[in-house]
Amino acid sequence: MAEVLKLEQIKKSYNLGTAVETEVLHGIDLSMQSGDFLALMGPSGSGKSTLLNIIGLLDRPTSGRLLINAQDTGRLGDAALTRLRGETIGFIFQYHYLISAFTAHENVMMPMLVDRGHPDAEMAKRADVLLERVGLSRWRNNNAMNMSGGQQQRVAIARALAMNPDLVLADEPTGNLDTKSANAVFELMREINRERGTTFLLVTHNDDLAKRCDRIVQVVDGSLAT
Amino acid sequence: MNRWLPFEWIAAVRFLLEGLLQTLVILGGIAIGVGVIVFMSAMLAGLQANFIKRVLTSQPQIQLIPLDQVARPLRNAKGTIEAPIVQRPTQRVLSIDQWQKIRDEMQARPDVVTVAPTASGSGLALRGDANRAITLTGMEPENYFNIVRVPDYIVAGDAQVTSEGILVGTELANNLGASLGDKINVTTAQGGNRILTITGIFDLGNKGANQRSTFVTLRTAQSLLGLIGGVTTLDLTVTDIYAAENIARDIQASHPVEADSWIKTNAQFFTAVQAQQNSNTLIRAFVGLSVAFGIAAVLIVSVIQRSKDIGILRAMGTKREQILRVFLIQGGILGFLGSLVGSVLGAGALILWHSVARQVDGSELFPLIIESQLFVYSAALATLTGVIAAIAPALRAARLDPVVAIRG
Repeated sequence: MAEVLKLEQIKKSYNLGTAVETEVLHGIDLSMQSGDFLALMGPSGSGKSTLLNIIGLLDRPTSGRLLINAQDTGRLGDAALTRLRGETIGFIFQYHYLISAFTAHENVMMPMLVDRGHPDAEMAKRADVLLERVGLSRWRNNNAMNMSGGQQQRVAIARALAMNPDLVLADEPTGNLDTKSANAVFELMREINRERGTTFLLVTHNDDLAKRCDRIVQVVDGSLAT
Repeated sequence: MNRWLPFEWIAAVRFLLEGLLQTLVILGGIAIGVGVIVFMSAMLAGLQANFIKRVLTSQPQIQLIPLDQVARPLRNAKGTIEAPIVQRPTQRVLSIDQWQKIRDEMQARPDVVTVAPTASGSGLALRGDANRAITLTGMEPENYFNIVRVPDYIVAGDAQVTSEGILVGTELANNLGASLGDKINVTTAQGGNRILTITGIFDLGNKGANQRSTFVTLRTAQSLLGLIGGVTTLDLTVTDIYAAENIARDIQASHPVEADSWIKTNAQFFTAVQAQQNSNTLIRAFVGLSVAFGIAAVLIVSVIQRSKDIGILRAMGTKREQILRVFLIQGGILGFLGSLVGSVLGAGALILWHSVARQVDGSELFPLIIESQLFVYSAALATLTGVIAAIAPALRAARLDPVVAIRG
């Protein structure tokens, strides 16, 4: 099985070189194989969001190596990171974060549109297929803001899958939903994981959901406690 | 989604549409600004055109007159001056030396349209007990009327003047109690005396001019002023009225005459036009500046409102340049649309003002000059202003750290 993600001694400090320098990650080692479904847990302030941002190439580690699909990301420039992020990583955020100026269908198209520059029939079709998969074909032309939280999160999942990413990072995707919706959203991700072999890294506070993942990784005070 | 539009345009249009109220308010602001500029520019152009038309249809563009006569100090030998006080000699009415030759040379110039020799001087018009001082202008109608359009101002009779006829202004006719066909006695200081018949009465729209100006044939004036065969001025019109000053200098350098262009003799008018243009430019600049600040302010607010959207877009692989363009395009669209509405507003106001504002005599205050060029320029300038105003907000958007933006 291919190694999608590999972290070697990832450290992250804030206010580097000043009197108030604080290290929030103290040398994280983590490896994820293709098709993994991993839960990242830990109390608030433990550094899991920072870790997720580094894995998502939104932030850079102070030291250590981050490999995605065996490619070392440390030497990549800003533009190359943006490109790699667009092609290999899908994001699902806690507050759905659909873009309110667009419909559900257009939101799902957005990563492809950003990548290719112009809309085309193929990306529209793919967005329809993905919306169908998350069960929202009927809501295709709804404005993103006229949908329930659970629906928005399912659109966000469809969007995260648009570029057929190797890795989907989900930051408390169910944190803002009622139990029933949360369950449905989780099950959807699990099914997609099984169907497509997409790797999922899930940050969650929900023990029940975490137990249904393949692996649980605990972050405590900036270190991993497996 | 429109197939033909790239992502940046789609996002820019959607963002503007989503914040419709903001968009409409700033569009209104831009439209008013552009409208003011269009209105002012067109009105000023009209007023100027009117001024120039008035100036140029009632006076020659270049006048050639004899050189001033000067007295030279009496010198005995080199370095010694006998009579150090030199009195300026009186300037007699003199003919231009060899004026026929100069006229022919003027007519041969490609930049000169018309040459009209005139003999003019002062005289006295008498009728019964009344007498008035007049300026006697002797001219050849076929040339002179191409320069000063006296026939356009005739209110009684016609401009066909014979050697026994005279054209007088309305005011002079009133003062002398004379009307068309009446005879008046014209005398000059040179001893000339003729009885002339009023064949035409004109109204130049200026009381002083209507009182003093009279027109007779060249020969009549020559005999009255004692200038047999001579002329006092050569009046010229030129192809390019704005080149008149340069042409005048050129003529003066190569001929024994003094050449005065209308630009020189109407320096005041030019100062006024210049002052108007300066203030117009200033107003334009400040209106443009306030429009730019308005666009920038609205876009900065928009960037702040959309920081989460921007963060999400960045997370899904949108490049910084793409985000930058989305906001630059918004600025450009605002400027362009605003200028379209503003052009319509400005033109409408101009047409309204043109129909309302009248001169005392009821004629239009300024000709309605609406050039499509003005609108094209305004639209281009407003679009450019919009894009420039969007630079700061767009940079701000492009530089947003996605981590911070998403966290809010």
